[in-house]
Amino acid sequence: MSGPLCHRVDLAVLGAGPAGGAAALAASRAGLRVALIDENPEAGGQVWRKPVRPAARSAKADPGEALRADLRAGGLTLLYGRTVWSVGASLDLDLIDGESGRWERVSAGRLVAAGGAHERVVPFPGWTLPGVVGLAGATILLKSHGVAPGRRVLVAGCGPLLFAVAAGLAGTGIDVVGVADLAARGDWLRAMPSLLTRPGLLGQGARWMASLRAAGIPVFFRHALRRAEGATGIERAVIGPVDAEGAPAPGPEHAFAVDALCVGNGLVPGAEVTRLLRAPHRFDRLRGGLVPVTDEAGRTGIPGLYAVGDGAGLRGAAMAALGGEFAGLAAAADAGRLASDAFAREAARLRRAMARERPFSDGMAGMMRLRPAQVRAIPPETVVCRCEDVTRAEIDAAVEAGARDVNQMKQFTRCGMGPCQGRMCGDVAAELVAARVGPREAVGSFTARPPLRPIGFDELMGDFDYADIPIPEPAPL
Amino acid sequence: MRITVDGVEWQVEPGEVLSAALLARGRRALRASPRRGAPRGAFCMMGVCQECAITVDGRIRRACVTVVRDGMVVSLEGAGSDKVRMAGAHGA
Ligand SMILES: Cc1cc2nc3c(=O)[nH]c(=O)nc-3n(C[C@H](O)[C@H](O)[C@H](O)COP(=O)(O)OP(=O)(O)OC[C@H]3O[C@@H](n4cnc5c(N)ncnc54)[C@H](O)[C@@H]3O)c2cc1C
Ligand code: FES
Repeated sequence: MSGPLCHRVDLAVLGAGPAGGAAALAASRAGLRVALIDENPEAGGQVWRKPVRPAARSAKADPGEALRADLRAGGLTLLYGRTVWSVGASLDLDLIDGESGRWERVSAGRLVAAGGAHERVVPFPGWTLPGVVGLAGATILLKSHGVAPGRRVLVAGCGPLLFAVAAGLAGTGIDVVGVADLAARGDWLRAMPSLLTRPGLLGQGARWMASLRAAGIPVFFRHALRRAEGATGIERAVIGPVDAEGAPAPGPEHAFAVDALCVGNGLVPGAEVTRLLRAPHRFDRLRGGLVPVTDEAGRTGIPGLYAVGDGAGLRGAAMAALGGEFAGLAAAADAGRLASDAFAREAARLRRAMARERPFSDGMAGMMRLRPAQVRAIPPETVVCRCEDVTRAEIDAAVEAGARDVNQMKQFTRCGMGPCQGRMCGDVAAELVAARVGPREAVGSFTARPPLRPIGFDELMGDFDYADIPIPEPAPL
Repeated sequence: MRITVDGVEWQVEPGEVLSAALLARGRRALRASPRRGAPRGAFCMMGVCQECAITVDGRIRRACVTVVRDGMVVSLEGAGSDKVRMAGAHGA
C-alpha cells in the first residue's frame, strides 16, 4: 500500500465554517502554519455555505464571501474537498479527496475541531418516506442548491429555521400549506428580550412572519407531526396539538395533502473528534447534547486539542466565529508564538464580544432544545434508526432485556450500527434508553469510531481497505 | 451538460448537485432501506445520513455532496447495497 501525501504544519483545523475559518485566520495571522480542511468544495460551513449554482446566489453581501476571500489571501494550506475520516492519538488527520479518492495526511500536533452540528429529527410514523427532509437540510436545498423539496410543503419542528424555511419556500412561489411550531407564541415572546440584543436578526424574523401572513400561510403553535403517509413518497401529513413539553395533547388534528415535508427539532453537536479521542465530555441539554468540556478558549482535556463552534455545543454562527478566533489565538499562544500579554488583550476583547452575543445565543438554543416528552410519545412501531430500520419497540425491548446504556442497546438491536453511525438517531435513542434507565449522563452515547464521516466503501483507494484501520474492540457487554 | 440516469439521458446545468437534480426532476425515492426494503430519499442534505447513497460511475456516492459532471452515469437500481452497509458496520 502506497503511503499518503503528508502535509506538515503547526496547526490543523477541521471544518471551514464560521468557527474553523476564524480559528485558521487568527492562528495564521499570529504566525502559525495552518492547514484548513473541509469536505465541501469551499469554506463557509452550513450557514455561510457557498451556492453551488450561480443562479442561487443572492445579491446581498455575504459574510461567507468575506471569509472565503480572507482565507484565500492568507498563505494557509486550504484542503477543501477532503473528508477527514480518522484522527490518531498524535492528532494526525487522515483525509480522503472526494474527487480522486487520494489519501492524504495532516501532521500538526495541534488540532482545532470545528466540525459543526447536524440535525435532530424526533421520529414519527412515516418520517422515512421520500419527500420528508430535514429542516436544516432544506436551508441547504434552498440557499445552496436553489431547489425546493416539493411543490406543496408543510414545515414543522422548532426554532428559527422554521420561519426561515417557510418564508424562503413561499418566496420562491412554493405552496406552503402551513407551519407547525412546537413552541407557543408566548415562548417566542418570552425569548424576545434575548432577541432584542440582536435587532438585525429580530428584524429578519419579523420580515419572515410578515411574509407568511401576507401569503396567508397558517402557523399552528404548539403543534407537532402525528404521522406522514404515502406509498413511495409522502402524500399526506397530519399534525396535532402538543403540551408545553412536546407530548401530544387533546384537540383536533389537521391533515394536509403535500409532496414534501420539512421537519427538524434542533441540532446536535457533532463532537466526533473529541469523542473519538476520548476527551472529557458532559451532557448539556441547552447546548444540544453531549459536548466536550473546554475552557473559554476551546482547550479540551487533551493537550493540543481545541473544540469550537456548534460541534462543541450549540451557540450559533456569531459565537462560533468568536470561539474559533479565541482557539486560534490560544493555539498560537500555547505554541509560544503569541506573547502572553498580547493574548490576554485579545482574550479580554473576545470575552466582551461573547458576553454581548450570549443572551441571543442562549435564547435561540433554548427554542431548539429537545423536549423529552416528545421523545417519550414516539409510537412503538416507529422507525428510530433509519439505517437499520430499528423501531422504538425494539429499543424498549432491548432495555427490558437488560441493556443499561446506549452501546449495550446498540449490540442488542443494531440501532446506530448503520452507515450514518448513529448520527441521525443517537440523541433520540439515548433519550429513549434514559427514559427507562436513568439520567442521560448514565446511558452515555454511541462509541465514536472511524470513519468520522460516512464515506462509501469504494470511495477509498483500491489498494486500501477498512480492514487496514486499527479499530478498538467493542466494549464487552 | 448531460448525465445518464438509469439508462435515460438527462440535460443538467453545470454546478447542479446530484441530489438536487434528481429532486427537481421528480425522483424523490432513491433507494430501498436494507432491512425492510422501504423507499428512501435524500434527507439531511449535508452528507451525514447516507440516505442518498447511489451508484455514480460505478462507485457508491452520496448524491447530496456530488456535483454533476458531463457524461456521469447514475444508477438508482440496487442502491442501498451491502457495500454501503459495510462502511458503517465495520468494527461495530
Ligand atoms: C444543515 C444545517 C443548516 C443550517 N442552516 C442554518 C441557517 O440557515 N442559518 C443559521 O443561522 N444557522 C444555520 N445552521 C446552524 C449553523 O450551522 C451554525 O450556527 C454555524 O454554521 C456553526 O458554525 P460552525 O463553524 O461551528 O460549523 P459549520 O458551519 O457546520 O461548519 C463545519 C464544517 O466542518 C466540515 N466538516 C465536518 N466534519 C468534517 C469531516 N469529517 N471532514 C471534513 N470536513 C468536515 C463541514 O463540511 C462544515 O463545512 C445550520 C446547521 C445545519 C447543521
Ligand atoms: S441526504 Fe443525507 S447524506 Fe445525502
